Amino acid sequence: MSAPIVLLSGAKFEVTIDRLCYQLIENHKNFENTALVGLQPRGIYLAKALHDRLLKFLNKDKILYGQLDATFHRDDFKSHKGPLIPSSQSLTFQMEGRNIILVDDVLFTGRTIRAGMDALLDYGRPEKIELLVLVDRRYNRQLPIEPNYTGISVDTRASQKVKVNWEETDGVNSVKLMSIDKI
Amino acid sequence: MSALSVKHLLGIKGLTTEDIELIFTTADEFKQIINRPMKKVPSLRDVTIANAFFENSTRTRLSFELAEKRLSADVINFSSSGSSVSKGETLLDTVNNLIAMKVDMIVMRHQHPGAAYFLSEHVDATIINAGDGTHEHPTQALLDAYSMREKHGSLKGLKVAIIGDILHSRVALSNIFCLNKLGAEVMVCGPATLIPRHIDSLGVKVEYSVEKALAWCDVANVLRIQMERQQGGYFPSLREYNISYGVTMERLNKVSTPITIMHPGPINRGVEIDSDVADSEHSIILDQVQNGVATRMAVLYLLASGTEA
Repeated sequence: MSAPIVLLSGAKFEVTIDRLCYQLIENHKNFENTALVGLQPRGIYLAKALHDRLLKFLNKDKILYGQLDATFHRDDFKSHKGPLIPSSQSLTFQMEGRNIILVDDVLFTGRTIRAGMDALLDYGRPEKIELLVLVDRRYNRQLPIEPNYTGISVDTRASQKVKVNWEETDGVNSVKLMSIDKI
Repeated sequence: MSALSVKHLLGIKGLTTEDIELIFTTADEFKQIINRPMKKVPSLRDVTIANAFFENSTRTRLSFELAEKRLSADVINFSSSGSSVSKGETLLDTVNNLIAMKVDMIVMRHQHPGAAYFLSEHVDATIINAGDGTHEHPTQALLDAYSMREKHGSLKGLKVAIIGDILHSRVALSNIFCLNKLGAEVMVCGPATLIPRHIDSLGVKVEYSVEKALAWCDVANVLRIQMERQQGGYFPSLREYNISYGVTMERLNKVSTPITIMHPGPINRGVEIDSDVADSEHSIILDQVQNGVATRMAVLYLLASGTEA
């Protein structure tokens, strides 16, 4: 594996998260009827970061926030090597009539988002679902799914890997592109 | 995260502690799912499961069937009464016929110990033992331990008394294996005629006084007196059993701290356990039933996944 390329870090990373927040505020005003739902396992950190900043920007003490796990709705149950281990979920509010912002760190083939939407709809019928991702890996889509809000768009090869690091788990906020060298 | 170390669930004896923990954490997620309005997930939608019950069962069969349906599997049910088994077909032929119809997993209950193991050696399908004679009943032990974990947090150092017919009980044996692996202390209690010789070699305490067992334990798992297996004259009468070994409110009132009461069902009220005990606030008998569906979902899910890899 060659050295990773840093796509986003430091002030630029923070500005990107802030920008996503303001775009959300533009469309969802004060979040009266909107909830943020982070997709397990890695989307929850972005959802939490957005949630905390939105509280500050809007000067509110509560914005609906949940964690969703799409493991049981994935389409590679049998072809995946070994079992798909589920992560915990917590969605404690009613879906009916609500706007849901589905949040994930990286959008690649679109299959996880498809599974996520199916998992979400098991909880009820939201008014609207929007998709927010920090990194959109263009030209790799296998399903007709596009984000409504994008942190950065990158052109990557399928053999490459995009990793989003978070302060909580990795000690630093950054987005890295890694190449898996092939002979 | 790792996978289960086994391809079939034949007994608790073959599982590692990590396997059991993985089943429990997976069951946590399924428990949440079966308690929401939409109780179903599509994970096993292209998996076909046969429930082959060569011996009577209500709870286990219904629990497995519900678990399979909640995972969106296709389910066929087979019971030996009214089938070609009564015409003399062998177990292997019956099961090979099921597999010829493209069945992926077989949940089997059979009156002969080792039947599930035999099948796993000879057929190409995932086998789940739902009780084989007086040998093992692994999913019952898993749901029992899961229920204890839910009530008491951890099983480390928990004192569990298994009270009743230990001799004929596959539930007792699987429970002993499971609880030992999870670090609980186990005691068996019952009339000497219903306690197998050398059971202490499995690392359990043996007690013949139900009062002493209740005074010792945190959890009492009361087993059913199996009416169909009592031809040997192990005790004089059901009434006498209740007087000597029944878990009664009077006996529980003599114990200083409350004991969690469990029973794998079906209950003989007034024999091994009195009604007021079975229905008391410390009884988790109906939680066991609910946890049975969640743990069986976890077992099916983990055994079925990644099978093509």
